[in-house]
Amino acid sequence: MADVSISREEVAHLARLSRLALTDAELERFAAQLDVIVGAVARVQEVATADVPPTSQAFGLVNVFRQDAVAAPLGAPAALAEAPAAEQGRFRVPRILAED
Amino acid sequence: MSATGAGAADGPDLVRLTAAQMAAAVAAGEVSAAELARAHLDRIAETDLHVHAFLHVAGEQAMAAAREVDRRRAAGEPLGPLAGVPLALKDVFTTADMPTTCASRILAGWQPPYDATVTARLRAAGVVILGKTNMDEFAMGSSTENSAFGPSRNPWDLSRVPGGSSGGSAAAVAAYQAPLAIGTDTGGSIRQPAAVCGLVGVKPTYGGSSRYGLVAFASSLDTPGPLARTVLDAALLHEAISGHDRLDSTSLDAPVPPVVAAARRPDVTGLRVGVVAELSGEGYAPGVLARFREAVDLLDSLGAKVTEVSCPHFRYALPAYYLIAPSECSSNLARFDGMRYGLRVGDDGQASAEEVMSRTRAAGFGPEVKRRIMLGTYALSSGYYDAYYGKAQQVRTLVIRDFTAAFEQVDVLVSPTTPTTAFPIGERADDPMAMYLADLCTIPSNLAGNAALSVPCGLAPEDGLPTGLQVMAPPLADDRVYQVAAAVEAALDQRRGHPLLARASALDRAVLGEQEEGR
Amino acid sequence: MSATAAGRAAVPFEDAVRRYEPVIGLETHVELGTASKMFCGCPVTFGAAPNSAVCPVCLGLPGSLPVINRAAIEYTIRIGLALNCTIASWCRFARKNYFYPDMPKNYQISQYDEPLCTDGWLEVEAGGRRWRVGIERVHLEEDTGKSLHVGGVTGRIHGADYSLVDYNRAGIPLVEVVTRPIAGAGALAPAVARAYVTELRDLMRSLGVSDVRMDQGSLRCDVNTSVAPAGAPWGTRTETKNVNSLRSVERAVRYEIERQAGVLDAGSRVIQETRHFHEDTGMTTPGRSKEEAQDYRYFPEPDLVPVAPPPEWIAEIRAALPELPAARRARLQALWGLPDADMAALRNAGALDLMERTVAAGAPPGQARNWWLAELARRANEAGTDLTALPVTPEQVARVIELVASGALTHRLARQVIDGVLAGEGSPDEVVAARGLAVVGGQAALAAAVDEAIAANPDVAAKVREGKLAAAGVLVGAVMRATGGRADAARARDLILERLAG
Repeated sequence: MADVSISREEVAHLARLSRLALTDAELERFAAQLDVIVGAVARVQEVATADVPPTSQAFGLVNVFRQDAVAAPLGAPAALAEAPAAEQGRFRVPRILAED
Repeated sequence: MSATGAGAADGPDLVRLTAAQMAAAVAAGEVSAAELARAHLDRIAETDLHVHAFLHVAGEQAMAAAREVDRRRAAGEPLGPLAGVPLALKDVFTTADMPTTCASRILAGWQPPYDATVTARLRAAGVVILGKTNMDEFAMGSSTENSAFGPSRNPWDLSRVPGGSSGGSAAAVAAYQAPLAIGTDTGGSIRQPAAVCGLVGVKPTYGGSSRYGLVAFASSLDTPGPLARTVLDAALLHEAISGHDRLDSTSLDAPVPPVVAAARRPDVTGLRVGVVAELSGEGYAPGVLARFREAVDLLDSLGAKVTEVSCPHFRYALPAYYLIAPSECSSNLARFDGMRYGLRVGDDGQASAEEVMSRTRAAGFGPEVKRRIMLGTYALSSGYYDAYYGKAQQVRTLVIRDFTAAFEQVDVLVSPTTPTTAFPIGERADDPMAMYLADLCTIPSNLAGNAALSVPCGLAPEDGLPTGLQVMAPPLADDRVYQVAAAVEAALDQRRGHPLLARASALDRAVLGEQEEGR
Repeated sequence: MSATAAGRAAVPFEDAVRRYEPVIGLETHVELGTASKMFCGCPVTFGAAPNSAVCPVCLGLPGSLPVINRAAIEYTIRIGLALNCTIASWCRFARKNYFYPDMPKNYQISQYDEPLCTDGWLEVEAGGRRWRVGIERVHLEEDTGKSLHVGGVTGRIHGADYSLVDYNRAGIPLVEVVTRPIAGAGALAPAVARAYVTELRDLMRSLGVSDVRMDQGSLRCDVNTSVAPAGAPWGTRTETKNVNSLRSVERAVRYEIERQAGVLDAGSRVIQETRHFHEDTGMTTPGRSKEEAQDYRYFPEPDLVPVAPPPEWIAEIRAALPELPAARRARLQALWGLPDADMAALRNAGALDLMERTVAAGAPPGQARNWWLAELARRANEAGTDLTALPVTPEQVARVIELVASGALTHRLARQVIDGVLAGEGSPDEVVAARGLAVVGGQAALAAAVDEAIAANPDVAAKVREGKLAAAGVLVGAVMRATGGRADAARARDLILERLAG
């Protein structure tokens, strides 16, 4: 079994990256659990894989395309029907901090 | 083939028919689709308090759909082979006229504006959708305990799990609330619940049916499939939902394998059957192994040529899966952020979008989902990608090579479906690793994308709970697994003298007990 | 001496490029003009009602799946071939993961280490020199939605209370063209940057793959700039966004060179960051701070299968490529026999198409050039429009040139005819007739006017006879007045001299 572990700081970082606001208690618990899990999945590193290509998709399909044809959109009312907040036909979202 | 006596008109007996019998009865005019729907809705009303298979029962829509089938039959219009048969749909498929929650708080009450392709094909086939079934949240789990809305219960023993993540679908069929159900199988989530509930559950070849409208957990692994009480029923449903879909780039553009014909041909003479050496041993319940051995001996006695086959990389399938699936899911679930639909938490006019996203996801996702998102984020991180995600995809190649090599020697591979029988609710809830072990036998087929199913092979002596035989075949050879399953089913039913599920009495005892008290 | 936004003195440009060598790079995004979006059948629109062109796929609704638009692949291959790239025999899409409200899935389907086109080049001209700009890659991705920021002062993100998002643009196919670093341009760096974007824009237009309008966002440009002392390794580069016109490209590069020179002169280090260009001030300010570089956790898109364009398809696309702008310019230049300076002037004025049509309508290239670059350019300036917006057609210009060549109009009269056409009075011939602008008669009418003028000004006539030829001008003036300006002044003068001095 590979001797790998994951620290509480790393877990806090992962939570930030994945937009999960964890309480301290959750952070403790998850850090302990993830430490065990990461140690277990790290077993894959025991396998010799030099020259083994990775598989993303089992069946090697290529070139699946659609024709450049227009299809009827949903329409704004249907698109906005489940929006938590909407204004002027748009999705209203809280203020964005980071500039893209 | 198992039979409960056809042609009975009573409500309680109607629900005991197989789907094939129901379809025939509707086609012959012996019973209306409306009567069938009503009988099943009544059964749900009576029993779901105990089983909690359903998150949403769509009584009105079901009755309307049933009446439409009856109208078409009366008008002489052609009907498909499952017209009028009721079905329970796992709540991971979008339905334009019913909520779709994936058993998560983050989607509580979400009303999609479109039907999944699977949903649309079921409707087109005249199948009557009774409602949406419970599941582990976003299909992550093996017990349905990860549902945000409470677990489902195993009709064999209400204190035990029905398996997962398609536990609600399995419980519904085992409780006679529906003869058919649709689940999804990413790491075993159809086969394992089928095994622990005494049902037939199939994972078709990946891409065999469309994922359009299937809320994604792990894109390269998710596969819709049937659950039923008989092999023939499963085959009929398999054909109803399968086939190429141009809305899904990963869907197979190939003819649907002839599974119904195979289900009607329970003959394994000369078939080469390989027992996977690595899928046995420590961690497997003695009863599971005993019934498995008997099933293998049965196949031998039926004329199959049984050998042992080694698939050395199957040992690494579980860790590889628990890197690939969380990685894909960490990305697939990023869209749930409270901005466009679903739950939104913390928007007080001051908080930023980033804060609202984080608080929404914290409140909306359960612990298993959070764990897998973080694990996946980790495995894809720069600096870790090669050692984790990249490596897991290489292991995946080796698992595929093991299968390819094995299928040069044998026509099908067999193993137990899952190492234990249904475990008590709560037993593994706090131990993720223990929970993951339920998928030990099923995961290799998900990584490779080949066809696999679970067929009941008897009750474990120590606890009287169902066990399942897993049959695996090469991609696009789905008919082979049905052929083997049909043979096992026929032989066991004959040996036993009645279908397995007739022994599933816990549910009826509970219901009958209430009725007696109520009198 | 200009000041930087931070108040620190920037180094004047000429000084900066004397002591520092700039290196620039450009990342350009082009929205393809396909009928439908990259991964779904929603129409590609501009200015439509918000969220009226969306569906489960481009909204990223749970359960939705992308399917690749074949035309987008074809257009991208077309672009790659026109940029002399290698077209990948096998490539994939990848997910670029980050959270942002204008991205419905919180990942963008893009290409990472397996782009569709690589290793090309584009030749541009700036400052009288030719530059071969290396193209590192051309890849395909999906565009994001658009946000309106409400509540802040300028409508920008900073200080806004909330935002409103429209996903009509989300999912439109976007081609990203990335150059290799461009070094050694020195003082011409800003001009080279501008020339590159201009040439790329013209190329896209001629390929018919996009309407490439910077003002509408179908052509977007990020500029990377760094400076270093001569001979030193390349400096830290900044990325400047919000560069929305050709002029801004040039100004942004220029400003960054000045600013970075100032930073280095002060002994500080240039911070690697994304900066925002301000149209009004011509300066850049820091944007998102990059304390931790974004980790996009790229992995191959599992919902799509790889793209492996068959060689026959690529050959078909190559065979159907139209004449590219550079080749066209070379051909026209040879045809017209114009010097480089004239070609550059025509190009900068946006007059190449106009020239071509004017010449095709029969005008000599030299004359056509003169009219478009002088007289008509002046009119366009006065009216505050482009040449192409003037209400006169190349065919009409050719007709005017013809009338002058045949003697029916003098150049002076021709200008009045043009006035008339621009004023909407009709075709050149109609204006001539309506305003009575024909050159005064044949020899007879002119001779009569000349004789009258001589008779009316005997002392002036005497001077001319004596050899003071300059005095003929007075008589020419008299002839012009007598004919209401419609005489051909040069011919009148000839006739006068013939009469008096011959």
